Amino acid sequence: MNFETTIGLEVHVEMKTNSKAFSPSPVAYGAEVNANTNVIDWGYPGVLPQANKGAIEFGMRAALALNAEITSETHWDRKNYFYPDNPKAYQITEHDNPIGRNGYLEIEVNGETKRIGIRELHVEEDAGKNTHNPNGYSYVDLNRQGTPLIEIVSEADITSPDEAYAYLEALRQTIQFTGISDVKMEEGSMRVDANLSVRPIGQKEFGVKTELKNLNSFNYVRKGLEFEAKRQVQVLLGGGEIKQETRRYDEATGTTILMRVKEGAEDYRYFPEPDLAPLTIDDAWIAKVQAELPEGAKARRQRYVNELGIEAYDAEVITQTLEMSDFFDATVAAGADAKRTANYLMGDVNAYMNDKKVELQDTDLTPAHLAGMINLIEDGTISTKQAKKVFKAIMEGEEPVAYVEKNGLKQLSDPSILQPVIDGVLDANEQSIEDFKNGKDRAVGFLVGAIMKQTKGQANPNVVNELLMASLNAR
Amino acid sequence: MAETELTREEVRHVAGLAMLEFSDQELDYFKEQLDDIMNLIDVLNEVDTTDVPATFTVTENRNILRADEGINAEQKDELLARAPESENGLIKVPAIINESAGAK
Repeated sequence: MNFETTIGLEVHVEMKTNSKAFSPSPVAYGAEVNANTNVIDWGYPGVLPQANKGAIEFGMRAALALNAEITSETHWDRKNYFYPDNPKAYQITEHDNPIGRNGYLEIEVNGETKRIGIRELHVEEDAGKNTHNPNGYSYVDLNRQGTPLIEIVSEADITSPDEAYAYLEALRQTIQFTGISDVKMEEGSMRVDANLSVRPIGQKEFGVKTELKNLNSFNYVRKGLEFEAKRQVQVLLGGGEIKQETRRYDEATGTTILMRVKEGAEDYRYFPEPDLAPLTIDDAWIAKVQAELPEGAKARRQRYVNELGIEAYDAEVITQTLEMSDFFDATVAAGADAKRTANYLMGDVNAYMNDKKVELQDTDLTPAHLAGMINLIEDGTISTKQAKKVFKAIMEGEEPVAYVEKNGLKQLSDPSILQPVIDGVLDANEQSIEDFKNGKDRAVGFLVGAIMKQTKGQANPNVVNELLMASLNAR
Repeated sequence: MAETELTREEVRHVAGLAMLEFSDQELDYFKEQLDDIMNLIDVLNEVDTTDVPATFTVTENRNILRADEGINAEQKDELLARAPESENGLIKVPAIINESAGAK
């Protein structure tokens, strides 16, 4: 019997607002434990939370970027559960009326485009962080408590672990380009739960699904789903049945392990949040957020290829991150040649970032400086060889024009200076002239080398070539 | 009346959700109270609410929002001092085995 797989993904993304969803405490990754907390975050009685307009607008951005409809009338709900990282004993979420519905995301697998539906998007709050200690105690940091999240629930349109991987890649990029989150799995600002079921091919009803947790990278999502699909098929072929349960992916063994039999939705005893006013989102508000939404990665790629003449592959590389793409745009806007800018970003700048293990925004390079250096190359002031030195300097924050001036890096392009040097070299190398006349092109390379040596590498190779060929042909 | 009657198991389940454990005697005691509440709800359910939108709030307030500005309350020490136990700036609680990684 052959089976087909059905996958749905629930992704939580931490939004980088300045303050929390329902309290004014700052949102900051890596702050001193419990420093960014107040009485609201600690769930004290009698506090009056207020919803953060910025969190709602970031949620709207995500919904709009994922082609979802914004819900005009919505309210908050309480989801009740006990856990020390959640001192109120409930999470504020949007259960009845999620902020966005019926969106979609396009993915590409094996060269084919497929549309994956987005069922809904909820704005909600994150919980704090528990650290377990073998001494029988847990330790709680509430800095993360109340950080706004957007939960993105896909339709069960995903039919393989590879599609799940492609969906997550596309989702990460789409969300990153809205500017609402860093979407980093390793820092927990993107978290993935996966639902998977299998059914015999041709069966109409879905099989019973299990939920996978502890999927800490896109790769583990793929591996976990691969294992789980096989496991379910084996259980069914062996005459067993799948129970609705939550399973944990074990990175060490590559298997999934039973965590708990799933709680029913009614066990969370949802009810409308009485402390927060409902929301009305009108068209004017949606239009304002839409206008603030940065240009998406796909639109940027099209613009790079169609308007700037960048290769499709290069456009893909540049739009891997929002920072890189913004940097590229700013450098081109500062007057730099687009193609050369792309080459520098993908080549030398990327190599520098990999070498120093830093992000682009953590370097001292500015778009103005990169554009400045590229323009010096374009107008022949410096050679690409000299540019290597200038590149090092601009990575340390130096201004390229001043640096070139200060270090005498200017390229020699003046024929009235170069011609005597060329004549001298030719006079001293009669044999090479002879070789050239006999069709040995190698001779040209040798002569250029000699000229470059005499000018300490400062001669403009294009001008040298031109003058040399003219001189050779004249002899 | 009295159409709804909870089972002892249902009462035990609801108690479990609230992290409470009761003896059989206590379960019967609460079952009676819960049955009364459920029956009261049944009375309310007799009202025809077709086409009546759900009420989520009794005020006319909408969009009571706060601008996205981070304000540190500088209350860390005060709050920790009121926690039952704390250590190195963290709240110390009895270990919970059931793993939770962030909000669900």
